[in-house]
Amino acid sequence: MIATAPPEAGAFDSRWTASLEDLLACGRAAGADLVEVFLERTDHLGVLAEQDTITSVTPAFGMGAGIRVFRDRRDGFVSTNDLSPAGLRRALEQALGMLGLEPSANGRSGFDGLPALRDFAAAKTDWLQRCPQLQEATGRLLEGTDQLQRQGSHLQARRGSYARDWQEVLVAASDGTFGRDIRLHQSVGLNVLAADGEHRAGVGRRYGTADQPDDLRRWDATASAAEVCASAGTMLYADYVEAGQMPAVLANRFGGVIFHEACGHLLETTQVERGTTPFAERVGEVIAHEAVTAIDEGLTGGAFGSLSMDDEGMEAQRTVLIENGVLKRFISDRAGEMRTGHARTGSGRRQSHTFAAASRMRNTYIAAGPHTPEQLIASVERGLYCKSMGGGSVGPTGQFNFAVEEAYLIENGKLTKPVKGATLIGEAKEVMPRISMCANDLELAAGFCGSVSGSIFVTVGQPHIKVDSITVGGR
Amino acid sequence: MSEQQNSNGLNAEHLRSSLEQIAAANGIQRWDLGAACSTDISVQVDRGEPKQMKGAQRSSITVRVWNEQGLVGVTSTSDLSGSGLERALTGAKDASAFGNADDIPAFSPLATAPLAELHQPIHAPQGILRLLDTLKGAEQDLLGRHAAISTVPYNGLAERSSERIYLNSDGACRQQQLSTASLYLYARAEETGRKPRSAGAVRLAYGAGELDVDGCVNEAAERTISHLDYAPIDTGRYTCVFSPEAFLDLVGAFSNLFNARAVLDGVSLSHRDSIGETLAVPFLDIHDNGLHPANIGASAFDGEGTPTRRLALLEGGVLRNFLHSEATARAFGVAPTGHAGLGAKVSVGPDWFEIGPTPGSNGGESGLDRFKAGQPIVWIDSLSALHAGVKASQGSFSLPFDGWLISGGEPRSIEAATVAGDIRQVLKAIVGFEGEAKVTPDGLCPMVWVEGLSVTGEA
Repeated sequence: MIATAPPEAGAFDSRWTASLEDLLACGRAAGADLVEVFLERTDHLGVLAEQDTITSVTPAFGMGAGIRVFRDRRDGFVSTNDLSPAGLRRALEQALGMLGLEPSANGRSGFDGLPALRDFAAAKTDWLQRCPQLQEATGRLLEGTDQLQRQGSHLQARRGSYARDWQEVLVAASDGTFGRDIRLHQSVGLNVLAADGEHRAGVGRRYGTADQPDDLRRWDATASAAEVCASAGTMLYADYVEAGQMPAVLANRFGGVIFHEACGHLLETTQVERGTTPFAERVGEVIAHEAVTAIDEGLTGGAFGSLSMDDEGMEAQRTVLIENGVLKRFISDRAGEMRTGHARTGSGRRQSHTFAAASRMRNTYIAAGPHTPEQLIASVERGLYCKSMGGGSVGPTGQFNFAVEEAYLIENGKLTKPVKGATLIGEAKEVMPRISMCANDLELAAGFCGSVSGSIFVTVGQPHIKVDSITVGGR
Repeated sequence: MSEQQNSNGLNAEHLRSSLEQIAAANGIQRWDLGAACSTDISVQVDRGEPKQMKGAQRSSITVRVWNEQGLVGVTSTSDLSGSGLERALTGAKDASAFGNADDIPAFSPLATAPLAELHQPIHAPQGILRLLDTLKGAEQDLLGRHAAISTVPYNGLAERSSERIYLNSDGACRQQQLSTASLYLYARAEETGRKPRSAGAVRLAYGAGELDVDGCVNEAAERTISHLDYAPIDTGRYTCVFSPEAFLDLVGAFSNLFNARAVLDGVSLSHRDSIGETLAVPFLDIHDNGLHPANIGASAFDGEGTPTRRLALLEGGVLRNFLHSEATARAFGVAPTGHAGLGAKVSVGPDWFEIGPTPGSNGGESGLDRFKAGQPIVWIDSLSALHAGVKASQGSFSLPFDGWLISGGEPRSIEAATVAGDIRQVLKAIVGFEGEAKVTPDGLCPMVWVEGLSVTGEA
């Protein structure tokens, strides 16, 4: 049993120090190189409005711990919902057992105890209470679906959704890491399905921020609905795009998903460990067009991917990944540093206590360039303008694909008719050198990224960019 | 730790007793609950070395409460302590003030109906060290199959013990225990001056000792090696032969065709009066059958306690039934079909498809053999990025795939390509079936020939 019982309820604060020290000392005495304990409490609220009715309210709350033990280059990880002394001890022993280690009554831990808690949460303890309560949240969401009705036409279905995710974390490790944080993410989405005879168009947008309790109150439902309805109205009668190889101009904001999927994932040390990135040995080399500078950071105020500390207790940083086309750094976490030698960048992230942290992106974007968006479009004789991107993915050999939600043909340097059904396909190392122009209108957009350590909040972003040639899948 | 939860699972009677006490103390008359707990262990390896070993104990409950106005609220939690249960019940009661008066779920009328007997042997866990040995052996075997296979970057061997419960205040009590194991191996191969290629295989069983490890290695090796010699494909229209896995993925992505919840919400390609309409060629049957003995991990009941059953969706190409929850079934005047989740707004989804020729029909063109076709054939082995490339409410898709172009009977791997179309056109452009139906994790299906699909090759 742990000598000191953790508190049964309330915040993850210094009352946990003694019991965490017991766990860490026990793990070290058993022969572990490093022991890390991640504690989590969560409080979620989801609300769905359809047409003019609230159809679902889904509160959820939870707690749990993830215990990770390292020895040499290996690690064992155990998660549990049971935060009792016996539950935590059982999880630790299971993690130790995975590495062939056993608790020892006589072992020397070499662990000197935890330092004072670095409490990033101290000024955030009222965030949850400051968020809109259910009555207000449902009212705001119905404003959104009402605006869709007012501004749209041929709308067969209107939906608004709101999600509020509050998370308190405490990270303690035998290397002296001891930090606490509170995170708050709120997002609101509007979706429509427009239908007219055989013509159908589904369009959605999601807006999200971090650490801003008033976010939903400030949300401009009218403007959001206008954006969604305009897109649906345009795409409802659009023809399918003709497949082929062509230049493309990708709009700013969520257009940044192309860099996130095509290149960002390949700059995570998890990919280096697996041998699945073509860039593993190319730090200092040109991997992209000189027009491209790319950043990953956790510092932009209010951005979905910002953090005070990562899920391994390290403060967020600004990491230049590519500078004028030259690969500068990888995104790294604790295990990534140990196994690949790339220094940690404050990027150890996980969805919840049930995942071990891994190197993951935060706010990731291509930096602004010198051109105007109009100059990019004017430079294309015949190509595709991708105004709004959908989701995408990257395969184990670096092939990527993205759905394009709203697109227009570019003919003789001008936007002409809207087209639908486009998919952008390619390989990162071939496409990065083809990003030849960046505009001066960098903007960010909130998103979710699913990968080895679960689904996390991220920001993607870019200015308008031009890709000289890319494969467009269509009909 | 509460007395409801222990390392061996859930205690339904303790859980019921606690809920009844808390409900009574808070003036709650009507409630139901879904609970689940699981214990998992898994291993990954990297070139002979253990990479990550994971264990997890998870528990969760979702409670629904009907308030005095009959409106429903819901709350979920992983905290099964007494205080956690109380907070969940009172939270659900609070949320019920925002319940939708136009769509109130009720207890399933089948929540106490007899359940089908499933043959699901419970296997004791092998333990992490044996899993590790097995996976290291499988990886070594796979790496030795071809000089170009340098790593198996995505691999895992896992075993799970789980239990789920459904209770309601009218006395329904459903409980199911299960043990499952899974193995996946995705190899990466690269030859000098050529692009890396990757493919893999998955196996499921009720216990780690039952897994077909050799079969998984063989399939992963064969598929990976078969993609080493690749060439680009010209963009154009082709007759495509979908592997069972690929066709099941495609039908699954458009299952809103059969989903009564989506129909009522106006986001399905079907309408309320679509039953009886012809959606596909007259020789296509699609059933949903979660009870099929090959469905590893089948559930005997859905989130509302309704028994799982086999349901005809398409017979002879004609839409016969929708998948239902209690609420959608009531709206359509039929019985729930056992495809519900649990919530204030109850989701509906398929279990496990059986796809094949309609009994008594000619089954389309006979004697199909992709290696004897008189024209170039695209053989689609696996589809990817379905989350991004499928517009379920519009019917359209544009999806990357791994596969081969077969010309003159000779298959050659396609470098990179997407296939695009509309599911309604696909279902009416099926030429026929090739080979026997194959069991996959998502269902049972033979190879399916579809003509006139648009394929875009990467230049």
